[in-house]
Amino acid sequence: MSDLRDLYEEVILDHNRTPRNYPKNPPGANCHAHGFNPLCGDEFQVHLKVQGGLVEDVGFEGAGCAISTASASLMTQAVKGKRVEEAEAIFQAVHDVLTDESGRTEAAGELLGKLSVLVGVKDYPMRVKCATLAWHTMHAALKDERGTVTTE
Amino acid sequence: MSADVAATVAISTARYDVHKVRADFPALHQSVHGVPLVYLDNGATTQKPRAVIEAGTRFYERDCANVHRGVHALSERATRAYNDARTSVQRFINAASSREIVFVRGTTEAINLVAQSYGRPRLREGDEILITELEHHANIVPWQLVARETGAVIKVVPITDEGELRFDEYLRLLGPRTRLVAVSQVSNALGTVNPIRSMIDAAHDQGVPILIDGAQAIPHRQVDVQALGCDFYAFSGHKVYGPTGIGVLYGKEALLDAMPPYQGGGEMIRRVTFQGSQWAPLPLKFEAGTPNVAGAIGLHAAIDYVRAIGLDRIAEHEHGLLEKATSALSDFPGLRIVGTAREKASLVSFVMEGVHPHDIGTILDHQGVAVRTGHHCAMPVMEHFKVPATTRASFGLYNTEEEIDVLVAALHKVREVFHR
Repeated sequence: MSDLRDLYEEVILDHNRTPRNYPKNPPGANCHAHGFNPLCGDEFQVHLKVQGGLVEDVGFEGAGCAISTASASLMTQAVKGKRVEEAEAIFQAVHDVLTDESGRTEAAGELLGKLSVLVGVKDYPMRVKCATLAWHTMHAALKDERGTVTTE
Repeated sequence: MSADVAATVAISTARYDVHKVRADFPALHQSVHGVPLVYLDNGATTQKPRAVIEAGTRFYERDCANVHRGVHALSERATRAYNDARTSVQRFINAASSREIVFVRGTTEAINLVAQSYGRPRLREGDEILITELEHHANIVPWQLVARETGAVIKVVPITDEGELRFDEYLRLLGPRTRLVAVSQVSNALGTVNPIRSMIDAAHDQGVPILIDGAQAIPHRQVDVQALGCDFYAFSGHKVYGPTGIGVLYGKEALLDAMPPYQGGGEMIRRVTFQGSQWAPLPLKFEAGTPNVAGAIGLHAAIDYVRAIGLDRIAEHEHGLLEKATSALSDFPGLRIVGTAREKASLVSFVMEGVHPHDIGTILDHQGVAVRTGHHCAMPVMEHFKVPATTRASFGLYNTEEEIDVLVAALHKVREVFHR
């Protein structure tokens, strides 16, 4: 039996209680995307200000469960101040470690750092979509993709 | 009558022995995450008694053949069992004739059938279909599809903050352009029991036919379609301890007779030429293709099972559970029950301050408690109460008062995790 505390780590609960960069749409934000998981009802807007290939600022709005909210909050901290390629690499690492599709989990682990608290979600397959929603939304915003992102 | 059913009949004169009932359900006796399962998601689907499981197995082991086709022994047995299943449904809901019982996949297909075969040929631009704010998506979207095709308009009876239909609004909206009313007998998201008897009478006073979505009502109360007088009644087998993939559309014979087929194919025709075809008589006109024979046989076993216990006794047992759960959850700190109608089926929907229903669902699951979390396919209801989702505990004939204690203890664990 996996321990509930592996899922609801203190860091997750803290970011759920007081999400960082939330609710926030930074002045000058030029990349936006909408993420929505209709079965859950989790819904976020992600806003990024990208200048010269650098994510200068980031924020999110919306509401969801503890896992999706904490993951969104951690995402904003992880990509703020990073170059777009770095932000994309972190997105890929989080995606890989949660879905384990590529077998690159170990390599991804090194990139994660503080984000490794999200790894506990892997033992809860029904909740992986919660943890990845904000990340896919951020990815879509950087790619300037239109339409609503979903991970269901 | 099988030995299992006979055994259950024996208890029907004694006090309601829930532990004896539980012994009939193999799935209840398991552990999840290392703790005993407490299954409180009966509104989504019910577990199956051994009699239902064995009826399906028996069919596949001995009688498996297509129906209404071969002249061989197995086909005759299969056909007889399938027809017997239809008769058992007819008796269960007291329809006037077995020609009024159409086997479908479930409530959703039944409503789509009525929308397409009854609604589409009749509806004209500006005609109105009257539904309610309480409906499951299955009693909303089929009408939207037919409205888009015909130019008809959907009107919605609003609800109060207790989750009861506004009957005054129903009467007001029931107008000269109303062509059909479609309403659930019991709300799946809130448990509200709607006053369908008065609604049917009021619709008929205006000459308007009415469909009842009975998916959430059928496991909890005796339904008599003739006494109700409804024109259509739809329900699913799997919510009344039967198999998935089998359901029933009841329709008054004159209405079904006048409707064109829903799907074309084998089984539903009398004669086929390339110039045209003649339809089979009711109910086969609406049953194109090989039907779910094992499902119908399983439903028959499920009906025998609940009838042997008695729906009145089931309702009484479940009412006790509802009262206990309502009282325990009303006192729970930071918890709000959503849907407080005066008359409810045995389910409680609730929200907890500061904790999203999906987090509640995961933590309850860890303690063996299975509940539904989400919008319950009733997004307009969630919108009314300004919540994205709720947690729903829904009780069945095998649930116990001790299981409600486990639920409450598990909810305390949720608070512990989130407020540590």
